[in-house]
Amino acid sequence: MIHSIFFINNSGDIFLEKHYKRVIPKSICDYFFEEVTKNSSPENVPPIIQTPNHILISIYRAQMHFVAVCKSEVPPLFVIEFLHRLADIIKDYFDEVSETSIKDNVVIVYELLDEVLDNGFPLATESNILKELIRPPNLLRSLADTMTGRNSTVSATLPTGQLSNIPWRRSGVKYANNEAYFDIVEELDAIVDKFGGAVCAEVHGSIDCLIKLSGVPDLTLSFVNSRLIEDASLHPCVRHRRFEVERLLSFVPPDGGFRLMAYRASCHGNLPVPLDLRHTISFKQASGNSGHLELTVIPRPPSGRQLEDLVLTVPMPRAVSGASLVASAGKYSYDTASRTLVWTVGRLDSQKGAGSPTLCGTLVMQTGAPVPDCRPSILVSFSITGWTISGLKVNRLDLHGEKYKPFKGVKYVTKAGKLEFRT
Amino acid sequence: ASVSESLGNIRPWLQKVTTQAKTTDSKYFTTTRKGEIFELKAELNSERKDKRKEAVKKVIASMTVGKDVSTLFPDVVNCMQADNLELKKLVYLYLMNYAKTQPDKAIMAVNTFVRDCEDPNPLIRALAVRTIGCIRVDEITAYLCDPLRKCLKDEDPYVRKTAAVCVAKLHDIDPLLVEEQGFLDALKELLADSNPMVVANAVAAITEISDSAQTDTAADMLCWSGQLINKLLTALNECTEWGQVFILDAVANYTPTENNEAQNMIERVSPRLAHANAAVVLSAVKVIMKLLEMLDPNSDFVLSTIKKLSAPLVTLLSSEPEIQYVALRNINLIVQKRPDILKQELKVFFVKYNDPIYVKLEKLDILIRLTSAANIANVLAELKEYATEVDVDFVRKAVRAIGRCAIKVESAAERCVSTLLDLIQTKVNYVVQEAIVVIKDIFRKYPNKYESVIGTLCENLDTLDEPEARASMIWIIGEYAERIDNADELLESFLEGFADEQTAVQLQLLTSVVKLFLKRPTDTQELVQQALSLATQEADNPDLRDRGYIYWRLLSTDPAAAKQVVLAEKPLISEETDLLEPNLLDELICHIGSLASVYHKPPAAFVDGRGGGQVAKATKGLPSRLAAEAGGAAAAAAGAGGGDFGAGTGAPGRPAVSVIPTQESLIGDLLDIDMSGGATAAAAMAAASASTNQQPVDLLGEGLDSLLGGPAPSATSPVPPSGASAAAGGSGADSLADIFGGLGGGVGGGLGGGGGFDPPMETWLPAQKGKGLQIEGRFLRRGPQLSMELRLRNNAMQQLNGFAVQFNKNSFGLAPAQPLAMNPLAPQQSVTTLLPLNTKGPVQKMDPLLTLQVAVKNNIDIFYFACLIPMYALFTEEGDMDKRVFLSTWKDIPPENETQFNLGSYAHDADTASTMLRSFNVFTIAKRSVESTDMLYQCVKLTNGILVLAELKIVPQTNAYTLSLKSRHVEIYPGVHEAYLAVLKG
Repeated sequence: MIHSIFFINNSGDIFLEKHYKRVIPKSICDYFFEEVTKNSSPENVPPIIQTPNHILISIYRAQMHFVAVCKSEVPPLFVIEFLHRLADIIKDYFDEVSETSIKDNVVIVYELLDEVLDNGFPLATESNILKELIRPPNLLRSLADTMTGRNSTVSATLPTGQLSNIPWRRSGVKYANNEAYFDIVEELDAIVDKFGGAVCAEVHGSIDCLIKLSGVPDLTLSFVNSRLIEDASLHPCVRHRRFEVERLLSFVPPDGGFRLMAYRASCHGNLPVPLDLRHTISFKQASGNSGHLELTVIPRPPSGRQLEDLVLTVPMPRAVSGASLVASAGKYSYDTASRTLVWTVGRLDSQKGAGSPTLCGTLVMQTGAPVPDCRPSILVSFSITGWTISGLKVNRLDLHGEKYKPFKGVKYVTKAGKLEFRT
Repeated sequence: ASVSESLGNIRPWLQKVTTQAKTTDSKYFTTTRKGEIFELKAELNSERKDKRKEAVKKVIASMTVGKDVSTLFPDVVNCMQADNLELKKLVYLYLMNYAKTQPDKAIMAVNTFVRDCEDPNPLIRALAVRTIGCIRVDEITAYLCDPLRKCLKDEDPYVRKTAAVCVAKLHDIDPLLVEEQGFLDALKELLADSNPMVVANAVAAITEISDSAQTDTAADMLCWSGQLINKLLTALNECTEWGQVFILDAVANYTPTENNEAQNMIERVSPRLAHANAAVVLSAVKVIMKLLEMLDPNSDFVLSTIKKLSAPLVTLLSSEPEIQYVALRNINLIVQKRPDILKQELKVFFVKYNDPIYVKLEKLDILIRLTSAANIANVLAELKEYATEVDVDFVRKAVRAIGRCAIKVESAAERCVSTLLDLIQTKVNYVVQEAIVVIKDIFRKYPNKYESVIGTLCENLDTLDEPEARASMIWIIGEYAERIDNADELLESFLEGFADEQTAVQLQLLTSVVKLFLKRPTDTQELVQQALSLATQEADNPDLRDRGYIYWRLLSTDPAAAKQVVLAEKPLISEETDLLEPNLLDELICHIGSLASVYHKPPAAFVDGRGGGQVAKATKGLPSRLAAEAGGAAAAAAGAGGGDFGAGTGAPGRPAVSVIPTQESLIGDLLDIDMSGGATAAAAMAAASASTNQQPVDLLGEGLDSLLGGPAPSATSPVPPSGASAAAGGSGADSLADIFGGLGGGVGGGLGGGGGFDPPMETWLPAQKGKGLQIEGRFLRRGPQLSMELRLRNNAMQQLNGFAVQFNKNSFGLAPAQPLAMNPLAPQQSVTTLLPLNTKGPVQKMDPLLTLQVAVKNNIDIFYFACLIPMYALFTEEGDMDKRVFLSTWKDIPPENETQFNLGSYAHDADTASTMLRSFNVFTIAKRSVESTDMLYQCVKLTNGILVLAELKIVPQTNAYTLSLKSRHVEIYPGVHEAYLAVLKG
C-alpha cells in the first residue's frame, strides 16, 4: 500500500519523511517537483503522478503537500482519504495543520506517523484511539505534567476502543455536566450568470457534534423534514438501517467532537441566493490607462436574519496593476502580487437600513498592456446564523441507555461555499 | 469549553506555566553542531532515566529530519531494555530505520524482541511483532518465525491483527520462508476469525501477498466460495473504514454463481454507499457495477439499484479536489458503461472558478459525454463562458469541446459552428487555432454544409503558428480547393516554408497539393511538381519521401486511379471520438477505484514488470449474465472465465485490448486518411509486380529497419531509398518499381508448408500400467487450434469403453475443449483420435513448468500419467507486432531479464530459419545485418498472453546460432529454448 510519506512545503523543502517498507530515497520527489514547476500554482499539481517505478499520490493542504509513495496498484482514493485524515489528526492534536505546528512537535508527529500506518496499512486513525495511545500536548497536560512530574506522551495500556464493537468510543467516559451540541452548517455552492440567474446551485450540509456524555449513551436525532436530505454520508457510528427506513440518526457517539453526517440537500426548484450583485467591470476607457469598476450588493436575507462576514473577491487579469476605489461600507484591498481585489464588507445590518453597499472607482491598467478580454468572476462568501438554506430542522434528540438528562443544543448556520457571480 | 471557562480566572498564571513547560521540537531542525553526536552519546549513557529518554527523543528528531545518527546505534539499543513504553517505542523507531545498515549490531536487539513477544501486555506483544517485521535484516528474520507463529494464534485480537500484517511484511522480505513456514495457511485461517478487524487485516495481507506473489500457492490464496464471501460481508459491517475497502476490493473479485447470490450481495454492499469515506463508496460502486452485469437489465431490482448509485457519486464531487479528481476519472468510465446513472446530473459537472485545473479538464470531458439534444443549449452556454477563462489549457479544451458537441448532436451543429465563429472573431490566437482544428472535424462529419465559413477561416491564415492548426487549415484548403479561388496561391505560400514545417504539416501539405492538382489540373502542374520534388528529394523523413513517391508514381502511371485513391470518399467520423474500446471499458469497470481507473489503462500496462508479480495474472472481465438467463452455454463459459479469481483464465480468450486513439492522435489519423488510401493502392500495385506476395507489404519497412538498428543507424543505412532518391531526378517511376520489386523479394518469404512439423508419438501410458490400455500421444497445432492426438490401444482381453479424459490444473490452463469422443475399444484394437484443447482451464504453475497431468477413465479404472507440453504448441498466431511496438517492448523489459543461449550450428541461412520458425508462429519482426552477421528480431506470444522477444544471431561462416530471450517471465525461457532447438533441428 503506502510505502513512504513525505511532507513538502511550498518552497520545495522535504521537512519530514517516514518509510513503512524499504527506504525510498528523497530523489523520488524530483518527479513531484517537476510537476510543481509545470503548474502555475501549487494547488494545480495533479494528485496522482506516475514515475517509472512508483506512483506518487498527493494532497495539498495548508500550504503543504503531503505525498504518499506507492509501488503497486492501490485504490488512490484510499490513499487520498488517508492523507486528509492524517492532516485532520495533526490538526486535532496541535489545533492547526501548518509547517510550524508540525516542526514544533516533530517527535509526536513521527510517533503518530508510526501509529497510523503499519506496513502501509492504516492502523489507528480514530482520533479517540490515538489520543489514548499518544497523548496530545495541551494546556492541561503540560500543567499536569509540571505539577505531577509525569512526563510521558505514550500510554502503556491498550486502548480499549481499538477492538470493541464501537471502536470510535472511549470507554469509561465520565462528565460532571452532560452536554450534546450539534452544529448544522450548510454551504451554498452556486454559479450565478451575469443576468442574475443561477446556472447551477446545490446545498451541502454537515452536522458536526460535540458530545460530552458519560457512559455509553445511545442517541436518536430526528428531523422535522428529513426528506430534504438527498444523499447522506454517515459516520460509522450511525445505524444505517434505521436511517434508510426511518430517516433518523440513531447512534452511540464517539466522545468529543466529530462529524456525524454530511449530506446533500435536494434543492428542486430555485434556491434563494440571499444576495444579489450588480456589477460593471470594464478595462477599457476612453481616457488613459484606466478601467472602471462598480459593484453593488443587494442583500436579500431571510426575514429576521442578517448577512454576516460578507467578503467579495475578484481575481483580476494580469494587466490590472492597481485599483483606486471608494467603498460605501467595509474595506477593500488590492493585492498586486496575486492581482486580487478583496472587498470585506462585513456585517450587513438590515435594521439600520444599511441598504446596498457599493464599491466604485477606477482600475489602474498597466501601460502598454493590451486590453484584457476576459471577464473576471466574483467570488462571494458570507454566513447567516440561525437559518438553513435548505430548511432542514432538528425535531428532537432522545437519549437511551443512560439515566441522566443531558443539556442539548442545536445551532444552524448557512455559509457560502463556492459561490461565484459571472460578469 | 466548560473546563477552560472554569479555569478562566487562573488563565494568566496558566499561560505562564505553559510557556515555561512548552518546549518545542523545532530546535532539532537546526543544523548539526560539531560535537553534537558526542554529547548525545554521553546523554544516552546517562544514569538518569529521563535524561536518556530526552536523548533518544533528540536522536529520533535528528533522524526524522534526515541527519545521520547511525553511529549511535549501540547506545540507543542499550536503552531498549527499559520498561518505559514510550522509550521502548522510540528505540523501536530508531531500530526500524538503521537496522539495515548495521545488521550485525541489530542482532543484539533480537532477544528483547523475542521476550517482548511474550509480554503479558498485549500492546507490547503487538508492538514487538510489528517492529520485528519492519527490520529488514535476514539474520533477524530467522528468529522471527516462532514468535510470529505464536502471535498469529494469540488470545488477543489486537495482537492477531498485527501479526496478520507481519506475515505480509515477512513475505516482502523472504517469500519462500513464508511458504515453508506455513504462514500462508495460518493467514487463511484468520479469514474465519471472530474479530472483524482481524479478518480485514488478513484480507489486506493476503491481497498484498498475492499481488507480489512469485508462486501460485501465494497468488491463489483466496479460494472463493459463497461461504467465504458471506463471512467477509459480515465482517464488512463491523470493521474500520479502511478494512471495508480491503474487503470490498477483495469481494469484487468474486463472481457469484446464481442471480440470487448476486442480488443478495448487492443488497449487503449498498449500505456502504452512504459511508463518509470516499474510498469505501467507490469500492462499493465497483462491486455493484460488476454484479449488475449478471442481472436482467430491465428488472426492477437493477433499475432501483442504478438509481441508488447516482446520489453517492454526485456527493463525491463535493469533497476535496483530489477526491473529486479520482471520482471524475471513474465517473468517466461509469458514464460510458451506464449513461443512465448520471444523465440527470449534468449541472454538477459545471466548472467552478476555483476548481484546480485537473478537475476542470475532467469535468469538461464528462460534460461532453452527457451532452444530448435535450441539454445542448445549457452545455453550449457554459462552454462559451469557459472559452473566455484565463487558463490557456482549459480554454483550448473548451473550444474543442464545442466542436465535439457539434459532432455529437447534429441538431446543434449549426449553433456550435456559429459559436466557434464568434470565438474566431475574438482573434485570441490560441482560441482561433483550436477553433480551426475542430471546424475541420465538423467538415468531416457534415460535408458540404458549412463551407460558407471558409472565407472567415482564410482570414486568419497568417496567425496560425501551431502545426496542428496549420495542418488542419491546409486540409481544409485541399479538401475544398474547387471552392477557394486562390487555393493555389494559399498552398504555394505554405510551400515556401516547406522545410521549416513539422512533419504532420508537410505530409498534409503534400496531400493537399495533390488534391488541388487532381481537382484543377490545368494551372497547378508546376505546384505539384514542386511539392513532389520537395518531398522526395529534400526531405529526410522517410514517411514523407515514401508518400511523395507513391503520389508521384500514382500520378505518372494512372491519374484516374490517383483520383480514385486521393479523392476517395472518406469514412464519416464517429460521434464519440474518444470512447474507450468496449473490452477495455469492461476490464476497467472491474477496476473502479484503482489506479487503472484513473489512468484508463489496464493494470498490466503500468504495474506489471515493476518487480511485482512474476505469475501471469488473469485480466479481469465483467461477468456476463448467467446461463439460465442468457440461455447459452457460451455465455456461461465466458462468465466463468472472466470473473474467476482463482482460475486465471481470462487472458487467452480475450483479445488484446487497445485504446481508441485520443483526440490528439485521432486528428493525426484523420489527416492521414488519404495516406492509408494511397498505401493500399500502392500495396496492390506491389502485389501485382511482385507476383505471389502473401504477406502484407510494409512500405516503411526498410526505413524502420534502420531505426531498429539502434546505435549505428548510419552504418546500416538502407540502400534502396537512397538509391531511389538519387535516381528520382531522372525517372522516379523506374526506381520506384525497383523499390517495390526489392521489397517484394525481400519480404515475400511466404508461409512455410502451412502445417508445421509433427513430432513423433510418445508412449504416455504403457499397457502394463494401464491394465491393458496403452496410450501414445503428441501435441499438434493446426492453425489456431491446439489439439492432443491420442492413440489408444486395447491390449486387454475385454472390451474397453466409457472413456473420459481430464487434465489437472496446469501452468497454461490447458483443458479439453470437448469430451473425448471414443467408441468402445475391442481387444487388440487401436484407435487414433484428436482431442481439441483450449486454454480456458484452471491455472496452476507446475514444476517443471510444462508438465501436464492427465487422467483417463474407462470401465476398468482411472489412470494417471504426466506428459510434457512442447512449448511451441503454445505459440499463438497473435505474436506478430509492429516494429515500433517491438522496440519499445524490448526496452521496457528490464535488462536483467535477458538470457542468452547457444543453439549450436545449422545449415540454414537466416531467411530459411525465419521461414521455419514462422510456421511455428515465431514471427520475425525485423532483420538486420551487421558485418555479415544476420540478426533476426522475433516475437512469440504464448496462449496466456506472455510475450517473448528474441534476438537470433547467426554468424555466417560458422553458422553458429545464438539466441537472446527477453520476457517479463523468465521461467519460460528453458521451454522456448527447447522449442527453438526442436524447430531448427527439424
